[in-house]
Amino acid sequence: MSNVVQKLGAKKRAAIIEASLKKRHAKERRLRAYGVAAIIFAIGFLVTLLSTVIGNGYTALQQTQVKIDLEIPIAKLLNDEGQFDEKRLRRYGWGSSIKKSFRTNFPDVTDRMAQRALGELVSANAGFELRQLVEAAGPEATLPTSFWVKTSDDVDMLMKGRMDRNLPEQQRRLSDQQIAWVDALVADGKIRKVFNTTFFTAADSREPESAGILGAVVGSALALMVTVILSLPLAVMAAIYLEYFAKPGKVTDFIEVNINNLAAVPSIVFGLLGLSVFLGFFGLPRSAPLVGGMVLALMTLPTIIIATRASIRAVPTSIRDAALGIGASRMQAALDHVLPLAAPGILTGTIIGLAQALGETAPLIMIGMVAFIVDVPTSVTSPATALPVQIFIWADSAERAFYERSSLAIVVLLLFLIAMNLTAVMLRRKFEKKW
Amino acid sequence: MRFVHGFVGFVAMVAVSGAAQARDQISIVGSSTVYPFSTIVAEKFGQSSGFKTPVIESTGSGGGLKLFCAGVGLSHPDITNASRAIKASEEELCASNGVEFVEFIVGNDGVAFANSLEGESFSISIAHIAAALAAELPGGGIANGADIQANGMKTWAQVDAFVAGQMGVNALGLPALPISVMVPPPTSGTRDAMGSLFMKEGWKKLGLYDGETKNLYKSLREDGVAIEVGENDSLIIEKLAADKNLFGVFGYSFFDTNRDKVKASILDGVELNFETIASYEYPGARPLFFYVKKQHVDVVPGLMEFIEAFISEEAMGMDGYLFPAGLVPLSEDDFQEQVEAAFSL
Repeated sequence: MSNVVQKLGAKKRAAIIEASLKKRHAKERRLRAYGVAAIIFAIGFLVTLLSTVIGNGYTALQQTQVKIDLEIPIAKLLNDEGQFDEKRLRRYGWGSSIKKSFRTNFPDVTDRMAQRALGELVSANAGFELRQLVEAAGPEATLPTSFWVKTSDDVDMLMKGRMDRNLPEQQRRLSDQQIAWVDALVADGKIRKVFNTTFFTAADSREPESAGILGAVVGSALALMVTVILSLPLAVMAAIYLEYFAKPGKVTDFIEVNINNLAAVPSIVFGLLGLSVFLGFFGLPRSAPLVGGMVLALMTLPTIIIATRASIRAVPTSIRDAALGIGASRMQAALDHVLPLAAPGILTGTIIGLAQALGETAPLIMIGMVAFIVDVPTSVTSPATALPVQIFIWADSAERAFYERSSLAIVVLLLFLIAMNLTAVMLRRKFEKKW
Repeated sequence: MRFVHGFVGFVAMVAVSGAAQARDQISIVGSSTVYPFSTIVAEKFGQSSGFKTPVIESTGSGGGLKLFCAGVGLSHPDITNASRAIKASEEELCASNGVEFVEFIVGNDGVAFANSLEGESFSISIAHIAAALAAELPGGGIANGADIQANGMKTWAQVDAFVAGQMGVNALGLPALPISVMVPPPTSGTRDAMGSLFMKEGWKKLGLYDGETKNLYKSLREDGVAIEVGENDSLIIEKLAADKNLFGVFGYSFFDTNRDKVKASILDGVELNFETIASYEYPGARPLFFYVKKQHVDVVPGLMEFIEAFISEEAMGMDGYLFPAGLVPLSEDDFQEQVEAAFSL
C-alpha cells in the first residue's frame, strides 16, 4: 500500500492521505457519537425510572387524618392501683367508640348499611392506634377531647387524587355517597393531611395507612450485620491464605476457579442451600435474619475475597520483604504490615458486596423471609423481612395505597444503596495510597 | 489475631442460639388467595389477644402443603392455607411424616375470568374456556374429524364455532380476537380450581369427558396462548389493564378490589358477584381452606386462640371484617360445622 502511495505524485499522495484521514476522523467521531448515545440512553432510562418511582411514591409521605371528638373514660381503664389494666385496655371498644363519635358528624344516617359504609371511611386500625396513644400518655395524663385519627386508605387515595371520582360508581372503591361525606368533612375542616411518620416507625400491616418500613429496615440491618461478621473475616483469611501461604498448584488453581465461579452463581441457589443446610440440617429458625445473613454471607464471600486479593496484591512486595527481612514471621508480615495498607480496598469491596446483598430478595424466599411480619424484629433469631422483600410484598397487594408505599420504599432502598456506594468511593479516595 | 477469636466466638454463639430456639409465634404458609384474609385475621389477633402476630408466608397452596406436611416440630409451620382441598398424595406425605391435621373451610371464593374494562364484554360458557385452553382437541378445534390434534384455534370466533358444533347449539357470535389468557402456575390452588371447575366441567359440556379424549382437559396449551404467570396477582391486573385482548384467571377478592381496571366475564349466564358465589350458581365458585397441625395446638402459644379468632362470626360472618376484603361467607350450617371442627382440636 505504502509503496503504491509513494510512487504517486506528491499532490495525489496528499489527496489520498487527506481522504483516509477524513475517514479515520469520521470513524472516531462516529464511535464517540455511539458512546454519547449509549450514555444518553442509559441516563434516559435512569431518569425515567427515578421519576416514575418518585412520582408514584412521594404522595406516601403524607397521610390523611380525620378529626374525632372523643372523651376517653380513663378511670374505666385503670386497676385498683391506678395503673392501666391490660385486660380493661383490651376490652374497651376503641374502634367502636371512634366510629360512634364519627357518625355524629352525620346524624341523619340511620340505615345500618349506610352506617357501615360511613364507618368504612375511618381506618380499621384507628382504634388500636388510639389505644397505643392513650397507653403511651400514661394513666395520669390529661387527654384531649378531640383526636386526629387516620382515614381508611380509600379516603386517603381520594384526597391525594389517586382515585378518579369521575369514573362510574361501580368502578370505584368509594360510592358516590361516601365521596359526598368526605367532601362534607373537608368543607368542615375535619380532614387534614400530615406527614406520614407511620411509614418510618411501623412494620408491615394489612392496612396501608398503618404500614411502615421500620421492620424491614431493621431486618435488613440485622441480616447485613450477620453477613459482615461472617463474610469479612472468612474472606480476608481466605484471601491472605491464597496470596501468601497456598502453594501454587492444581488444588490452588481449582479453588481459585471455584471462587470466581461462585461469584456468578444465581442468588436463588444460595437460598436453596440455606433451606437444606441451615434450616434442614442445623435446624435454625425459619424467617430469621440470622439465616438470611448467613445465606447472604455465602453470596458476598467471593466478592470480598476477590477484592481483598486485588488490594493485597496492590501493596508493593517491598513492604512485605522488608518486614520479613527484619525477622517478622510470614503471619506478622501479612497481618501487621500488608493488611492495614490493603484495608481501604478491602472495605470498598466489602461495602459493594453488602450493597449487592441489601438488594437481594431471591435467596430470602426459600428461607421464609418473604412473609407478612407485623412486629419489628428484636434479635437475629426473631422473624423478619428485608427492605426489597417488603417492596415485593406491597407491590403484590391488592390495595391501591400499597402501590405508592412500595414506590416510596424503593426510593428509601435507593438512598441506602447510594449512601453505601458513596461511602465506598470516599473511603477509596481518602485512604488510597499511590506507590 | 483478635478477630479470629471473635469469629470463633460468634460461630459458637450461632450454634447455641440455634439449638436453644423456641418459637413463640404462629407460623403460617400457603395459598396466595387465602393470604389476604389470613393476614387480616393475624394482624387483628396480634393487636387484641396479647399473643405475638403470626408470621405468614405466601407460598401457593401446593408449596404450603409441602412445607406443612414435612414434619412435626417447631421448625415446621403450624398452619397452611389452601385454595383447594388437600390431595391424596399430600395426605400420604403428611401421614408418612406423622403429621395429623384438621381441615377448616374459611369461606367461599370465585375464580374470575376477567379482562380489561376497555376490552370486549364476554358472556360465554366454561366450555369456551376449556376449548380455548386445552392442549389437544379432536381435529385441533379447526379441522373436521375426530383425530386428536394440537389445539390450533387462534381466535375466540374459532372457539365459538367449535363449541357450537360440538354442543349442537347456536354460535354466540364471539369476535375474531386473538385468544390470550394468563393462568396461575401449577403450584397455585387457583390453577387447580381452574382445572376442575372450568376445564373439567367445560370438557363435560363439550361431551369430551369420555373415551380417549377424557383426560385431555388436564394439560393446557403451551403455544403461548395460555400464559403462565407467577403468584403475583397485582402483576396480572397491571397486564390486563395494558392489553385489552388479554384475559386473566384469579380469585374474587382481587377482582373486587380492582373493579376500576378489570371486569369479569359472565360464565354460563351467571355474573360473578358475592351472591352467586355464596349460592354456588357461579361455575367458578369454590371453598377456601386452612389446615392446622394437631400436634402443635398445645405447643405453640396462641394457636388455639388464633383458630377461634378466625373461625368466628366476627371474622367470617356476613358482618365480619373479612367480608369487605372479598371473602364470601359460608352458609350458617357450614359455618357451624367449622365451629364443631374447632372444638375437636
